[in-house]
Amino acid sequence: MDLNYSVEEQAFRAEVQEFLAQKLPKEMSEAIRLGRELGKEGHEKWHAILNEQGWLAPNWPQEFGGCEWNAVQRHIFEEECCRAHAPRIVPFGLAMLAPVLQKFGSKAQQDHYLPRILSGEDWWCQGYSEPGAGSDLASLKTRAVREGDHYVVNGQKTWTTLGQHANWIFCLVRTDPDAKQQSGISFLLIDMDTPGIEVRPIILLDGTHEVNEVWFTDVKVPVENLVGEENKGWTYAKYLLTHERTNIAGVGFSRAGLDAVKRMASSQMHRGKPLSENAHFAARVARAEIDLMAMSTTNLRIISRAAAGQAPGVESSMLKVKGTEIRQEINDLARRAAGAYAMPFVSEALEGANEPDMGPEGSAAAAPQYFNNRKLSIFGGSNEVQKNIIAKVKLGGGA
Amino acid sequence: MNFDLTEERQMLQDSLRRFLRDNQEALRASTRLGNAENSLGFDAGIWTKLAELGVIGALFSEEEGGFAGAGFDLTTVFEELGRAGAVEPLLDTAILGGGLIAALGNDAQKELVEQVIGGEVHLALAHGEPNSRYDLAQVETTAKAEGDDIILTGRKAVVINAEAADYLIVSARESGATGDEEGISLFLVPRDSAGLTLRGYALLAGGRAAEVDLDGLRLSANARLGTSGAAYAALKRASNRAEVALAAETLGAMEAATEMTREYLLTRQQFGRPIGSFQALQHRMATLLIELEQARSAVINAAGHLETSAEEQALQISAARNLVGRAGRLVAEESIQLHGGIAMTEEYELAHIAKRIVMADHRFGDTDTQLERFIDQSAA
Repeated sequence: MDLNYSVEEQAFRAEVQEFLAQKLPKEMSEAIRLGRELGKEGHEKWHAILNEQGWLAPNWPQEFGGCEWNAVQRHIFEEECCRAHAPRIVPFGLAMLAPVLQKFGSKAQQDHYLPRILSGEDWWCQGYSEPGAGSDLASLKTRAVREGDHYVVNGQKTWTTLGQHANWIFCLVRTDPDAKQQSGISFLLIDMDTPGIEVRPIILLDGTHEVNEVWFTDVKVPVENLVGEENKGWTYAKYLLTHERTNIAGVGFSRAGLDAVKRMASSQMHRGKPLSENAHFAARVARAEIDLMAMSTTNLRIISRAAAGQAPGVESSMLKVKGTEIRQEINDLARRAAGAYAMPFVSEALEGANEPDMGPEGSAAAAPQYFNNRKLSIFGGSNEVQKNIIAKVKLGGGA
Repeated sequence: MNFDLTEERQMLQDSLRRFLRDNQEALRASTRLGNAENSLGFDAGIWTKLAELGVIGALFSEEEGGFAGAGFDLTTVFEELGRAGAVEPLLDTAILGGGLIAALGNDAQKELVEQVIGGEVHLALAHGEPNSRYDLAQVETTAKAEGDDIILTGRKAVVINAEAADYLIVSARESGATGDEEGISLFLVPRDSAGLTLRGYALLAGGRAAEVDLDGLRLSANARLGTSGAAYAALKRASNRAEVALAAETLGAMEAATEMTREYLLTRQQFGRPIGSFQALQHRMATLLIELEQARSAVINAAGHLETSAEEQALQISAARNLVGRAGRLVAEESIQLHGGIAMTEEYELAHIAKRIVMADHRFGDTDTQLERFIDQSAA
């Protein structure tokens, strides 16, 4: 048992810190710190900066142009990025599609798509969820029918994150309607410019446009856009879910969030003293911090096992549940700290035009983030589904 | 012991519930986020009809020109508003604004109460300040006498309904130090007064508010409500009534949220059956229903003690708002969770209801502040 990072790991951390200090644009970290939206150009700019450094794809093997960092290095990188208020790496192409292509895609697909993900030429979005297939993803209904050298796709996807920026979508579609649920599904790559595709915005409860509905009407997709074998798509999607769940615990986000709460609480007066000195508020913050300290070590325990080549089991489900609970609690604390200034809906503030004297720093984003992050326990396999997985493994039987 | 509504209150509840249900579309249209076309933040037509229905009059006593005005009249009205997710500013124009003028105003000023009841006048209480948080006595804004005039200088924070208000009721300090209960006065200030600047914005849970700058605003001394420096008791009473109303509104919203969630659990199919057939979700629904009844009783406690001693009121109100704050957060969060993604969308009614529930905790004192008040009161 040794809680310290190795000398190499510490050197790596210093290198990451140095890079962020030099290359992360100030206006970008400021926007992230205040909870503002970055927009497509902002994300693309950050990706380009990382790509120039060769750090855009921490999880990819070197043969494809990635860093091939182990789990500990990736953790250090993510932790430092959060601490510096760097934008998150948009994961759909880099972290979700790419591992599937690298494992199951054809050589032609790898050669064509992977460099375009790194260069930013393609922005991918994920076409999994459907209105009737959420937690029960395998019940998806979007149909792909083979007609000569094309599939014809009909159906609807939903909760498509940042689909409004995407020019490509990777989809799970049903190719064999007669097969048992999971076995009739295929994994298709679809050009968003193909006729018959319509993207409709979904405005979330905090007023943001980050998800979309994507409708497919007689969309022709060349058969060479099938990944792997027909009707094996579920296997590929599951591979993704079990092998590439980095940063599932969101430790870095929680830590940055907790720092923001503390800053706000020390600037807010409550009964003639800073709120940070109020016993009830301080107790809430302390509880969240204690939980986070332990969870962060749970995270490292799993990461160091993963770095040693062991696949995570139910622990990743545990991390997802606990990690999202802690993040949501911290969002709740930020909302409380903001007091009456949590109430305004100042959409301009989220886009960077806040006038300087409206409430304490960070207050404009506090309640919108609290509501927006209710999604954390719903998406990526809801926390109920995660608990089913834990219960099934530990108790057996039908969960 | 009798926990039934009186016949009058039952009629009030029935007619208001029917009216709000029949006007659901207009109500919801005015609550959409950042609704640019609606500079009021609510629907003016609905406001007029609420007045015609006697809903505003029900919030005032006969002595004040209304016909009811007791704690259970307030809770009857606000529970219905909460169920419907209405953002119409009855709390601001009637309970706070109208209530303060009725309590402190001279005969000429009190004519405004009649106009409030008639739906012709809107009011806003400009009391909270950037540094006051939830402390009613924390007034830094100053009122300085200059001959027969009063000069107001300061900044008021998150003044709800300010832009729609014909008059703002502005609190300012005439004597004493920030934090003293003594020395606070209230002034009736026309919204278009020189020296008063509003910076308006929408609220996340619907409705609108503004930052109010008072830059040497000159008033005649007869704009003061009541005697100089003695407004605190009336402010406290008005905020007590507002807190009871707000707790009832939140209770109504919690009823709506649990009903929608129950409905959803019965209809949404996943894994080939309604999700309400999963025991894990059944238990969570049961917990919400238990907490809902706890909240209902807490609101009854507070409303039933609105005319008792200051100490008893303080205890009951802080208890109710602490409990409703806790139970409300649970109901809002769990209702969204049990719905899944659909409840995260702006157009789904539950999203609005959940925001009403949670954001209510940011007025007059949040759950923790109420806990502190309860502890102080219990120890006293």
